[in-house]
This record gives sequence, C-alpha cells and structure tokens, in this order.
Amino acid sequence: MTSDEIRAVLLSCLTDVAPEIADEEIADDADLRDELDLDSMDILRWVQGIHKALSVEIPEEDYGKIASLEDAIAYVGTRL
Amino acid sequence: MAEFVMPSLGADMAAGTLANWRVALGDTVSRGDIIAEVETEKGLIEVEVFETGVVEALLVAEGEKVPVGTVLAEIRAVSAAVSAPASVPPSESAPGDIISSGASDVDLDGPMASPAVRRRAHELGVFLGGVEGTGDHGRITLDDVQHLAGAKAAPIASGDRVRISPYARRIATERGVDVLRIGGTGPGGAIRASDVLGARVPEPRKSVSAAERMQSAIAAAMTRANDEIPHYYVEHSIDMGNALAWLRETNASLSVAERLVSGAVVLRAVARALRKHKKLNATWQGGEVVPSDGIHVGLAVSLRGGGLVAPALRSTDEGSLSDLMARMTDLVSRARAGALRSSEMTSATITLTSLGERGVESVTPIIFPPQVAIVGCGATLERPWVVDGQVVPRPIMRVTLGADHRVTNGHQGARFLSALDGLLQEPEKL
Repeated sequence: MTSDEIRAVLLSCLTDVAPEIADEEIADDADLRDELDLDSMDILRWVQGIHKALSVEIPEEDYGKIASLEDAIAYVGTRL
Repeated sequence: MAEFVMPSLGADMAAGTLANWRVALGDTVSRGDIIAEVETEKGLIEVEVFETGVVEALLVAEGEKVPVGTVLAEIRAVSAAVSAPASVPPSESAPGDIISSGASDVDLDGPMASPAVRRRAHELGVFLGGVEGTGDHGRITLDDVQHLAGAKAAPIASGDRVRISPYARRIATERGVDVLRIGGTGPGGAIRASDVLGARVPEPRKSVSAAERMQSAIAAAMTRANDEIPHYYVEHSIDMGNALAWLRETNASLSVAERLVSGAVVLRAVARALRKHKKLNATWQGGEVVPSDGIHVGLAVSLRGGGLVAPALRSTDEGSLSDLMARMTDLVSRARAGALRSSEMTSATITLTSLGERGVESVTPIIFPPQVAIVGCGATLERPWVVDGQVVPRPIMRVTLGADHRVTNGHQGARFLSALDGLLQEPEKL
C-alpha cells in the first residue's frame, strides 16, 4: 500500500468521524486535534475506523504518534 | 383527540419551523415514534409523539414557522379510530397543503347527521365523532360543522387564537406575512387569502447564518439565566490518578471497538453522585423546585461549525459503563450531525460541560434553565500533590459546580463534589 493510498484511507476514516471537514484542506503536518477541533472521543472513533479499514490496532499509549496526518501515515505504514 | 404541538426544545426557543412530516394522514403511530422534524436555532430535531393512535390531521405545512405550543397535528386514540367508509372518497390535497383526514372522520354508527352535513364535514375536514349537535336530539347541523371548521383552522399563536383559512395561511407562510398583525375580513374576523395578499410584506432581513442564529439563542438563554438565577459556585480538585490508571488497564484489555474515554467515567460518576444529592437534579418551574423522575445528564457538545447543544443521556446512572460509552458516542455524533430528538433536547436534569481537552484549568459555567445546577470540568494536569506527607506529581482535575441558590446552598454543593471525588477514587464500581 502506498503512502497516498494510506492517506486516502485515513482521510476517509477521519471524514466519517467529522463529516463537516470533508471539503477542508488538511496540511499533512498539522496537529489534527487543533486543526480540526477533534476531541478524545473523535480520536478514538478515528482509531476504531482505522482498525476496521486496515486491521491496524493503535494502542492508547500511541495516540501521540498519530497527532498529524504524516505521523499517522508513517505509523500505519510500518504496521501493515 | 390528542394534540401534537410544536415543542419547546429549550428555554431559548420561542418558535420552530416544521421541516418535514415523517407520517401521512391515516398512519398509525405509537408513543415514542418520530413523526416530524423541526428546524430550530440548534439544528434539525426529530420530534417524537406521546400518544398512540391514528394521525387525524396535519395542521401545519412543511416549511412553516410557528410559535411553541401551536397544534401541528391531531392524533386520534386507537380505541376511537374507525376505518373510512368506502362510499367516501379520499380527500384531495396538494403537497404542502394544510390538510386533515376528512374520510376517516365519518363515523356511520356515531353521531346523527344528514348526508349533506356529513359531506360538508368531509369537505372541511371536520371529525364528527363525539360531537354533540345543536339540532333535535343532538343532531349535528350544518352550522355546527361550520363552527367546528372555524375552530379547527385556528392555530394557537402566542396565546391568541387566529381564524384563518388553510389557503390563506399557506400564502402567509410563503410571503412571510405575520398573521397576528393583520385583520381579517371574513366571517367572525377570519383572515382570507385577500387579506394576506393585501398585507405589507416585511423587508427581507439581513442574511444570518445558522451558527449566528444559534449563538443568538444561546446568548438569550444565558442572559436570562444570569438575570434570573442566583448562582453560587464551589470548586474541588480531584486526584484522577486512580481513575486514569484503571482506565488504562481496562482499555488495554478491551478491543478497540470497546474502549472507553475518561469523559464517560466522569459522566457516570456525576450521575451516581446525584443519587444522593437529588436537590441538584431538578428543575425550577413556576417559582418552585420540581424534583426530576430520573438522572438525565445533559452533555454540553460544541459543534465544529460553531454553536453548542446539551442533549440528555437518559438514566445516566444506570446500565454498564460500556453501554453508557456507546450511548454517549451515539449522542455526540448525532448532535454534531444535527440529528437529535426532541426528548433529548428537553429532558436534561443537570448539565456537564468539559473544556479540559483544550487546556482550560477550570470552568465557571452558567446554568441552563430550567435546570438548577451545572458541573464544569477543567483539564487533568500534573500538579504537585501531597500524598502520605510527600509532595508527588498527580493528575488533578478541577471540577466546579454552579448551582441555584433558590434550591441548594454551598454546603450541599460541596458535599456533592466530595461525593464525586469519592466515586472517582473507586472507578471499578462505576
């Protein structure tokens, strides 16, 4: 799976959690909590979506490693 | 005949727009069914019916804005419902008309009325069941039908009854004419279509976004709360070490789909603490405190486009924590998608607001009327804390209770926060 393909899946999961961000430009290095006003429940739902779509389980202690899109792409990419 | 009215979906709501009907004339509905969607400053709300029966009349057209309390539909109890006789043709109504189910009104075994009277009743959408006529032996006359038709067309608006034909009302809605401000030239002062067409059309108002309307509504409610409610505040710092350690351990053993967030733990603890502090779980109505029948905590949810709603999680103190987490996730998702139900908007008995995730150390919240208390949570931050005579870093959350001095005092509020602290030290019991 390429980085672009992973990015597309992660964004799709993110849009499921927060449909109102669908048309927003999201910088790969932006902090998602700040940029998209996500809270801990949103992050959990995103993690659940990633698990369902890619079978990658992200433990709670690793939430800090998926703070931005590029971080999340790298994190998921090494676990596929 | 039960009336289905425009509900008050919050202390700040004076009127609502009937966005969609989810039922049609003649449909059978059960208590709890969603039969309409209402557009308010807080988004699109699904409205449930509190009667079981047959939809007898839909009195307000889709797209029409009416004051709280206006009769939107009539529901005939199931036991009184009768099927329409085959000889009576179905009423013909254009989409969007204000309509009533004329056909099923006719009860051949019911009241005495001549065929001409029955036909006229059908034309005007008047239900004759249970009507005591003014003719000989209670026979229903044409005058009775005309009188009932007039009453049926009169919506309740701001406490006054306005006589207006369905057609005139539809035109008024389309043109934005306030029917309370025009005189009628019809019988008994009834407003006709010509009266509406001759009325001055209001100037188009400056375009206001949904977020701005919601903010205005929130401002109005909070201004009223600040003016009317004698608030007092008490604050308590809670060591969240035990709760967070338990949460980490629990989540490590759960599947991703079953994980909990700390907000659910705090929510449950607030609800359980209220079991022993019932005076904080009440409403203030008509100058007196009204105890609540259950603990239904309203969860303040900020909307990403701006705005705030606080729908209720019913029976927040009951069921498993996993179940509460699932219900909380569903409620927050629907709040942000604008798909809340009327009962969720009106049944909160206290509110919980948390701004901790944004780094706020403590919150001094304003009570949502008619509730009498609100709990605000700040961030859980590592602070120097004395444990067994030693200063150690501990995760501390500052919790503030805002409460109504007409109902409780600071001492009772402090005891509630102390109980909340105690519950969060034993999270496994939540």
